[in-house]
Amino acid sequence: MPYTEATLQLLSTDGTLVESDRTAEYRALVDRLTDDHLRLFYREMVTTRRFDIEAGNLQRQGQLALWIPSLGQEAAQVGSAFATRPQDTIFPSYREHSIARIRGIDPIHIIELLRGVTNGGWNPNDSRFRLYTLVLGTQTLHATGYAMGIQFDGKVGTGDQSADEACIVYFGDGSSSEGDVNEALVFAQSYQTPQVFFLQNNQYAISVPVVRQSRSPLYLRGEGFGIESYQIDGNDVLISYAVTRLAMDEARAGHGPRFIEAQTYRLGAHTTSDDPTKYRESSEEDYWKQRDPIARFEKFLRFRGESDSFFEQVRQEGEELAADIRRKTVELTPPPMDVIFDHVYTDAHPVTAAQKKWLQEYEASFGGQA
Amino acid sequence: MTENLSMAKAINLGLQRAMREDDRVILMGEDIGTLGGVFRVTEGLKNEFGENRVLDTPLAESGIVGTAIGMAMRGYRPVCEIQFDGFVFPAFDQIVSQLAKQTSRHQGTQSFPVVIRIPYGGHIGAVEHHQESPEAYFAHTAGLRVLSPATPSDGYHMIRQAIQSNDPVIFLEPKARYWPKGDVDFDATPAPAHQSRVVRTGTDVTVVGHGAMVAMLLDAAEVAAGEGISLEVIDLRSLSPIDYAPIIASVEKTGRLVVAQEAPGQASVGSEIAATVAEAAYYFLEAPVLRVSGFDTPFPPANLEGTYLPDVDRILDAVDRARGF
Repeated sequence: MPYTEATLQLLSTDGTLVESDRTAEYRALVDRLTDDHLRLFYREMVTTRRFDIEAGNLQRQGQLALWIPSLGQEAAQVGSAFATRPQDTIFPSYREHSIARIRGIDPIHIIELLRGVTNGGWNPNDSRFRLYTLVLGTQTLHATGYAMGIQFDGKVGTGDQSADEACIVYFGDGSSSEGDVNEALVFAQSYQTPQVFFLQNNQYAISVPVVRQSRSPLYLRGEGFGIESYQIDGNDVLISYAVTRLAMDEARAGHGPRFIEAQTYRLGAHTTSDDPTKYRESSEEDYWKQRDPIARFEKFLRFRGESDSFFEQVRQEGEELAADIRRKTVELTPPPMDVIFDHVYTDAHPVTAAQKKWLQEYEASFGGQA
Repeated sequence: MTENLSMAKAINLGLQRAMREDDRVILMGEDIGTLGGVFRVTEGLKNEFGENRVLDTPLAESGIVGTAIGMAMRGYRPVCEIQFDGFVFPAFDQIVSQLAKQTSRHQGTQSFPVVIRIPYGGHIGAVEHHQESPEAYFAHTAGLRVLSPATPSDGYHMIRQAIQSNDPVIFLEPKARYWPKGDVDFDATPAPAHQSRVVRTGTDVTVVGHGAMVAMLLDAAEVAAGEGISLEVIDLRSLSPIDYAPIIASVEKTGRLVVAQEAPGQASVGSEIAATVAEAAYYFLEAPVLRVSGFDTPFPPANLEGTYLPDVDRILDAVDRARGF
């Protein structure tokens, strides 16, 4: 199974904290988290999962062309997202739904992408959560270039962690084979950019198992480029938070890039268009269900004395979110046709202007009878 | 002030002025810093602006364009140099699927003022991948603008306009025209970059081209004039968008159009012009629009480039055929 000697973990599958010299500095960070922090971690994981299930149902009911579930990857995402500071910039792939929510984006905007309403969805300069990127791995280079811009601006390594910036980029085990990811690692290490590469190894690139991408653990890829790299139990929200927190601090301090491989598992399909029963055994899914990130964290919180009413309250919040998304989804309307032409260019452009005018006149020629 | 300069030097001075005027202009590419670029277009700029503004990047074209996109997200105006035409393709995805579509994807919240300079075209006797004309790929792609100067003056002014543009610009520099000199008036107010321009007036046949082909067309016009045939020569300057007004006005006068290009003719810029003029000026045409292109083959070994590339004779042959209708 994918865990190795190198895998860092704080929270065991039975919900108890693991003591180890290797994780002492991470444990210290987690010990500083308040009950409210821990509740927030739980709340984001649970409500996002409920949203995710609802979106899958909406797709099955014909309301969405496609859905991209993140089931099972909540701990890797939520922990690492809470490790960023507000001034940090996040470059997602396309499955980071909980991180979008943590950055204040109403998940209906993610739904809009899958319902064919927009190719964007939100203003990334407001949220510092960049747009989803569908061509695998391309966003790693954008993150590296952005991080070079942070360096040009002198916003790194000043010693003030509340002002210095870094960015974090998410990608997967499949993407790790793309040339762009490897070029991003070259540039990042060469220019010592303030950024964290966060690889969610969910074990499959659609149907192809990770062993086809790499015969050795993927965190060694980072090391091969000379970048300090870590492998973590990606279903442990506490280690995800703590390792990313320190890596981002190092990046902001001007110590160069860091690479984190989070071992996790895509409990659902790659997207609603594939069928995992064709390429994996149910015994494997059972293995990972035993390691479910939410169940594990819930046990931990119960050991700490969290009340039933809290869990019931979060469950209820998830239901409300799901109902809200369902209502908003069916109320979405198609965008105006001007969206085809507007913003293809920033400056005035004669071709898009002429074609926009032509289409308006063509549509008007039907007198509303088209 | 006016100086007599090569296009390589003119672009160099245009880059220098743009960098002096806006400290968010960043140059990046392979060998562009200490060496000054393989064609020396960026010579001296690293000395003046430092290694944080003139970046000798790792040797990875997708990396160059991809990181430039990230810098643009941060508010910078990167100018990337791709060392040779045939080396742009490793960056093709970042240009076509990322750079070109980002503005639309962002729906007005972010612009992407990235310039990609590409020395292009033949006539330099170089090895494979060093003499190609890839403009059609980029002219086909919405979201990009494609410019190609034909003179030192346009080299100076158009590179500045490309950098000032808030849209991505593919800036194609004709290698064959890097070294011939021409007057550059630094203080002139340049025409808008997307305007095509009549560079020689005539009455019998309109001939259109871009980049290094413009000088070839002017040579052809000179020869034709000796034979009593008057060619009107138009320099496209912009391949996307294409400014058709001067072309159509000219065709309304001459009734005949020949489009010349180094690129293969299949699905080319010349094909697009032929189709558009046929639609827009059908009643004025006395003859089919004819294309003179590279052949629909890979660029041949350099010993054969003189045979492959359109020259004065092939242009005049097309002029004769157009006049034969």
